[in-house]
Amino acid sequence: MTRRAGVFVCHCGNNIAATVDVKKVAAEMGNDDGVVFSNDYVYMCSDPGQQSIIDAIKDHELDSVVISCCSPNLHEKTFREASGAGGMNPFQCEIANIREQCAWVHKDKEKATEKALKITRSAVRRARNNQPLTPIGLPVTRKALVVGGGIAGIQSALDMANAGIHVTLVEKLPTVGGHMIQLSETFPTLDCSQCILSPKMVEVSKHPNITLMTSSEVQSISGFVGNFKVKVKTKAQYVDPEQCKICDDCSSVCPVVVPNEYDMGLTDRRAISIPFAQAIPASFNLDEDACLGLNPVVCGKCQDVCEAGAIDYDAKPKVTDLEVGAVVVATGFDLLDKEEMAEYGRGRYEDVLDGIQFERMLAASGPTGGHIMRPSDHKEPKNIVFIQCSGSRDPEQYCAYCSKICCMYTAKHATLYKHHVPDGNAYIFYIDIRSGGKGYEEFVQRSMERDGVIYLRGRVSKVYKQKDKLKVMGVDTLSGKNVEIDADMVVLAQAMVPSKGTAEIAKTLKIGRDKDGFLAEAHPKLRPVESVTSGIFLTGAAQGPKDIPETVGQASAAASKAIQLLLKDELAHNPIVAQVRESHCTGCEMCVDACPFEAISLVNGKAHVNEVLCEGCGTCSGTCVRAAIDVKNVKQMQIFDMIGACMG
Amino acid sequence: MAEVVAGLADTGAEPQAFEPKVVAFLCKWCSSAGCDLAGVSRLQYPPNAVPIQVMCSGSVSPLYILSAFNKGADGVLVSGCHPGDCHYLKGNYYARRRIYMVHQMLNFIGLEPDRFRMSWVSAAEGVKYAEVIADFVEDLKVLGPQRKLKAKC
Repeated sequence: MTRRAGVFVCHCGNNIAATVDVKKVAAEMGNDDGVVFSNDYVYMCSDPGQQSIIDAIKDHELDSVVISCCSPNLHEKTFREASGAGGMNPFQCEIANIREQCAWVHKDKEKATEKALKITRSAVRRARNNQPLTPIGLPVTRKALVVGGGIAGIQSALDMANAGIHVTLVEKLPTVGGHMIQLSETFPTLDCSQCILSPKMVEVSKHPNITLMTSSEVQSISGFVGNFKVKVKTKAQYVDPEQCKICDDCSSVCPVVVPNEYDMGLTDRRAISIPFAQAIPASFNLDEDACLGLNPVVCGKCQDVCEAGAIDYDAKPKVTDLEVGAVVVATGFDLLDKEEMAEYGRGRYEDVLDGIQFERMLAASGPTGGHIMRPSDHKEPKNIVFIQCSGSRDPEQYCAYCSKICCMYTAKHATLYKHHVPDGNAYIFYIDIRSGGKGYEEFVQRSMERDGVIYLRGRVSKVYKQKDKLKVMGVDTLSGKNVEIDADMVVLAQAMVPSKGTAEIAKTLKIGRDKDGFLAEAHPKLRPVESVTSGIFLTGAAQGPKDIPETVGQASAAASKAIQLLLKDELAHNPIVAQVRESHCTGCEMCVDACPFEAISLVNGKAHVNEVLCEGCGTCSGTCVRAAIDVKNVKQMQIFDMIGACMG
Repeated sequence: MAEVVAGLADTGAEPQAFEPKVVAFLCKWCSSAGCDLAGVSRLQYPPNAVPIQVMCSGSVSPLYILSAFNKGADGVLVSGCHPGDCHYLKGNYYARRRIYMVHQMLNFIGLEPDRFRMSWVSAAEGVKYAEVIADFVEDLKVLGPQRKLKAKC
């Protein structure tokens, strides 16, 4: 226990001093047990304020310090550094939050002062039993793993690789590209999506610092920041990409026809196929679920015709072990399921499409060669209805949140439709138009004014088939009238949801998810690309709905965070970790089970903490029935002292 | 309105009003940040609850709760992240189970279970934090001082 505490009470201008009698707090604390110095100052965080702390530590030989000021989230670092500059161990400095948690929420000065005293005294009691700590040094493996090969993962991988870091890019599907490669044009400039993405895909495949692993998934991860051990499982490669000449002989003899995922089911593909011409790696793939059994006795046609001898039915899945220092998760999004939105005929009527299907139809490389036609009869639709917020902003039934990109891509769809079918009518049902972004609002305005897209403010209640038309029943809330449209085609701006498998990858990587299932960032404002697990970063639509520019920006942000981490020679881990009192430990293993980070193991019958894995949450100490395990500087005895101080 | 309130305060000159003492164990990542947000938003709530920031609601030992009652608390609050949102993945589930157990025990020994509360307050829920404290203090005022577990010295 330290004996010479110092207390510094901040006025924060009038922020604290208006409600809390700071002079009284300083004076009373000066008389407190073990406090040898106390002071108040108008702005403790200012340079003179910090200097007064440094001077007091030296002049009065203080061995612990409490600053009564704003939230520790703001200036804890400042004051710990000042304490260090005064020659004290920084971990013997504690913050008493008397601004956010006291001065700002009360009006009665007397009561607020009393509460501020309790908070300050409680911090003093804690600080005097703090032990001096030094950050734990960790080595760093200067390699990174990127999970997901869409635009987010591609951009992150390229940024890190260009900084000289070796990157392994793992993609579940047989090619990189993600959803962006399915799009026709991108708003608001109408660049061809494939044309701007495929150079990056090529770069990824050729980059000396990038190892690309397609048809692969992360199986498990262990270790900790700077030192992760990852197992990646790659599906059996029945077609050797090195040998495949992409001659197409195999798929022309394959008798199995299945829906083409890349075209969102608008076309079919064979069991052996290449996703699209620019696929990377450029190779055919054999879909083992669709193939007649990988048995030459049953079929074997593709192997017979493959002159390159690239097909091997006996290929086996393989598991690769990787060691990396950082992980970037970019697992992307899916659109709300086909089975959902039955009221709009989704999954029931062929001519009700979702946004990505419509993109495929618009794409020059798409199934219709860029011609808009009804899947049912291949006629050009003359009346087309776009329904925004299909599943978004609907907390009762589907997603409470806004999918953010639909307003813009629907405006784009309608504009492009009008370019393709100038004599057609495009109607958009919307709730609000959200077009924040550079050039976005102008784009929406152009779609209305120049391209004559008709915007109707209101929701659609129902879509049903009447003869060969789709009857759209909606309401225009601006005129207050019901609207009925005989549409030839309906396009739903389906809500964006986390991609299938997000829950599993979050569990595998031990990172959290938010209430909507997207990956959770460590802080919504200040740490938007970090997960709660240090060394694991988030980017792209896996973290929440976002458009391409935002995704690219975030991908670079995640990469720069990872680079920051990987370029260090040694990492500093917070030393506020659990410690075991071996004399009290009975080896019951309750803490071992409770630890969320698998940081505790039994060594010689006693609990042992791996300080590097420990995040200091204290779940172990709350669980231990013999108080044998404690978190340093948040020890149970300290808390008991603090409780006493709070009672006054 | 201000005069009315002031007037009421004047008539209550006799020290009749019981002011419950509350200890609030707040998770650093959510409820303490929510409490900060209440401050930033300048929401007003009763000053009866003194916060103690802990790393995770899962670190709150039943002994903390008993110790608080023993030292004279009229009410104890433990506030953590919403289920599923724990910063440490699952600490709040441990807290929830433990708190249920403590509830049962307090009930068994005859302490009003209402004196002990668990709430889920996220970093974004400043308003909720202010409400939780206001409601708790109001309920404790009805219950009066806690004597059952208070040390008799």
